[in-house]
Amino acid sequence: MTMTLKNVISVLAISCSLAIATVSCKSKVSDADLKSRIESIVTSTPGVTVDVKEGVVTLSGTVNSEAEREAIENSAKAVDSKNIKSVVNNITVNAPTVEINTDDADLAAKVVDATKDFPTVKATVKDGIITVTGTLEQSRVQVLKQSLDALSPKKVDIAAIEIK
Amino acid sequence: MALTTKYQALIDIAEASNIQDLQVVEQEGVLHIRGTAPNADVKNKLWDVYNQLDPNFLSGDVVMHVDVSTAVEGSRARVITQNSNLNIRKGPGTDQPIVGKAAKDEIIILISRANDQWWLVRTQDGEEGYCYAQYLEPVG
Repeated sequence: MTMTLKNVISVLAISCSLAIATVSCKSKVSDADLKSRIESIVTSTPGVTVDVKEGVVTLSGTVNSEAEREAIENSAKAVDSKNIKSVVNNITVNAPTVEINTDDADLAAKVVDATKDFPTVKATVKDGIITVTGTLEQSRVQVLKQSLDALSPKKVDIAAIEIK
Repeated sequence: MALTTKYQALIDIAEASNIQDLQVVEQEGVLHIRGTAPNADVKNKLWDVYNQLDPNFLSGDVVMHVDVSTAVEGSRARVITQNSNLNIRKGPGTDQPIVGKAAKDEIIILISRANDQWWLVRTQDGEEGYCYAQYLEPVG
């Protein structure tokens, strides 16, 4: 009786490990297959890598927009909806930046031109920030702000202007 | 409040206005809006909305640099000074000597762009020289 139970247990154990081996063996082949098929879709985006483990797809790398990040996830899913269990999207989005004129000397020279027709205001430049003081008619505030914004500064501070 | 929330209406208009190379980026507490508008009306509309959201632009939390795509070489532009004539100078800079003047509302020809701030132009009288770009509004 004891022997029989032991036998049953070992048979079960063997068939269990066989079953696991078969599954993992089978999924290894299709993992590699899935990986190459997804890679062929996402290669258009440099910097994105694909990894597949037991049907779970992991996407990594960086892109320039959230829309791009989602589009890659969706196209990866669409490659084989049957065999892809899930997609882990670890792609990060680069924070976009704009070019700013941080050369104070250059900026100050341009500010002189931009404010030439505004004799009632005084503009100073420090660390890429244009600060304006003085008095100005309301109707001319927008023109001044447009002229200064067009110089690509870090910030335009006209809060101290007294508007008439 | 996030700047993108405060200026949502401005961002919405910008995104709906066919602006080329539109960039809306928050950087060090300032929302930078850049791009090229299809015409002067779109640019003016953006400034109207910006002024509504931040009267007289006093918060200093937006820098908006929107050009107009019709401002191209060979096209015409209207002089949009407040009242006075627009100085036409020998070179691109207010330190340059004045070689001519264009009247308010006069239509002139854009010859070539010296830089972001200055256009080489020709007036109806045939005078050539440099004008400050901010006082020129492309027409047509």
